[in-house]
Amino acid sequence: MIKKSTFKSGYLPYLLILPQILITLTFFYWPAVQGLRQSFFLSDPFGQSSKFVWFYNYIELFTDPLYLKSIMITVTFSIAVATVSITLGLFIATMANRALRATALVRTLLIWPYAVAPAISGILWLFLLHPSYGIVALAIDKWLGVEWNPVLYGRDAMIMITMASSWKQISYNFVFFMAGLQAIPKSLIEAAAIDGASSFKRFWAITFPLLTPTFFFLSVMNIIYSFFETFGVIHTVTQGGPGGSTNILVYKVYQDGFVGLNLGSSAAQSVVLMSLIILITFLQFRYVEKKVQYTG
Amino acid sequence: MIEKTPILDIFTYVFLIIGILIVGFPIIYSLIAATLSLEEVSKVPMPLIPGDQFLVNMKEAWTRGNLGNQIFNSIVMATGITVGKIVISMIGAFSIVYFDYRLRVVAFASVFCTLMLPVEVRILPTYEMAANVLGPLQGVWDMLHMNGFVSWFAGHDIEVSLNWSLLDSYTGLTLPLIASATCTFLFRQFFLTVPEELCEAAKMDGASPMTFFRKILFPLSKTNIAALIVIEFVYGYNQYLWPLLITTDPDMTTAVIGLQNLIPQADDLPEWNVALGAAMMVMLPPVLIVLSMQRWFVKGLIEKEK
Repeated sequence: MIKKSTFKSGYLPYLLILPQILITLTFFYWPAVQGLRQSFFLSDPFGQSSKFVWFYNYIELFTDPLYLKSIMITVTFSIAVATVSITLGLFIATMANRALRATALVRTLLIWPYAVAPAISGILWLFLLHPSYGIVALAIDKWLGVEWNPVLYGRDAMIMITMASSWKQISYNFVFFMAGLQAIPKSLIEAAAIDGASSFKRFWAITFPLLTPTFFFLSVMNIIYSFFETFGVIHTVTQGGPGGSTNILVYKVYQDGFVGLNLGSSAAQSVVLMSLIILITFLQFRYVEKKVQYTG
Repeated sequence: MIEKTPILDIFTYVFLIIGILIVGFPIIYSLIAATLSLEEVSKVPMPLIPGDQFLVNMKEAWTRGNLGNQIFNSIVMATGITVGKIVISMIGAFSIVYFDYRLRVVAFASVFCTLMLPVEVRILPTYEMAANVLGPLQGVWDMLHMNGFVSWFAGHDIEVSLNWSLLDSYTGLTLPLIASATCTFLFRQFFLTVPEELCEAAKMDGASPMTFFRKILFPLSKTNIAALIVIEFVYGYNQYLWPLLITTDPDMTTAVIGLQNLIPQADDLPEWNVALGAAMMVMLPPVLIVLSMQRWFVKGLIEKEK
């Protein structure tokens, strides 16, 4: 789309878009192409020699049990984070929308965790769930009678990073659900009330269906978040351990490429992630964008 | 409210308070921990009444973690990213919306597709690029055998090697992150809603494109800019992977990464009071910005994702 009345100038529009283009070419497209190229080569860790090997890196990758495990971990982790943070966000937003008093204060109290870095959220939960000092860990031990130790048990470590990553995301979801709830016309709810529908009935029959676009959108955003932005949580809290049980895909790329210097494999993993995010973006624009219309 | 539902109303407030407590608990608890002495914080469970060691712990965290320096780095990085992103996406969107030129669609598409290339999926090659931004040019130079040509021209052997490293520099921390599809998109959407008549009138009065931009578009965009300042500052300040890759010098690390050195490991003294005190200080700048500009923040968050 473009304005009907435009300016005429030979070089000015190019000059204005130039900085953006230069940066995208240098730091986005060139590295992406390099990554794609590297994924077809096998090179020694010192970068002295490399050999074209076709799809060897990819075949190695998808026959590597560790990589398949990492895929499973990432999927479990992202579904857990999305479920926990969306459910809590929706619940709190519904309550806040019902509240008549102190709405501004409520919003203030719920919004700020958005500004906390994932890594810091990780540190806070590391303390709360610390096997010897954490109060939440103590409560789990005492009330649930489960032996809790995220340093030793993969399952516990997974729960820990899920808590740390979801906590921060609750406020993000809250903001969007609040906006979605406020965009629902009051007249619809009132009409249902006159017809005798109870509060719960109104929620499930009217509010919830009208929120589905927000719901879809937030699912996509939360999954992207847990795939890519939780790197900080993993790096500060578990470093992928214990025994690789929290080694999500993005962390594995970093581990194998930057720390382990296995260039070919790391590049192939990057390409896999790239295809994944292209797919997600495509789905989002194809299916989600259309439905978001009536949230305003 | 539509009908009187006293019981449900009570439940609403009770659940709301529980919700706020769940969200606030980690911070409140850590704040209390930051006021305790080492003996108190290592008790299980630790006392829930704030102690008097707050300033002592803060001071210890400040010096041990070199926080002054790191928070400064973080703020420089966040400000650089914020300003850079807003400036280049605003002029970029202006170019795309208000000019008709041949490569317009190509330019827009190429900016838009960066949405699909977050730094996380191209870690190593982007690092290599930052290590020597002129690397690709060097390749072209070598391919054209320019060294031989220059040597022949100068009459003696000259070896040209192009090298510009962004590692451990503020430029490196900010520049690769300031291209933004979402910001450009936001400004584009906004410019499209600006009435056509404004541009017509400005042209009739003989205003140049840049005068129109400065005197009309910029003032109109102020609320959008305010909203983006909040979002992008938080984004920049909380970056993790990129600064981790390109800084090796401890003086150039950012605060969020530096915190890791303060976490007590298995064999250390369990100085959680110091670690959490540091965490509180590090998270303060973005939290303050979000709280003080709350209205812009909510607007920015929702508009940006639309």
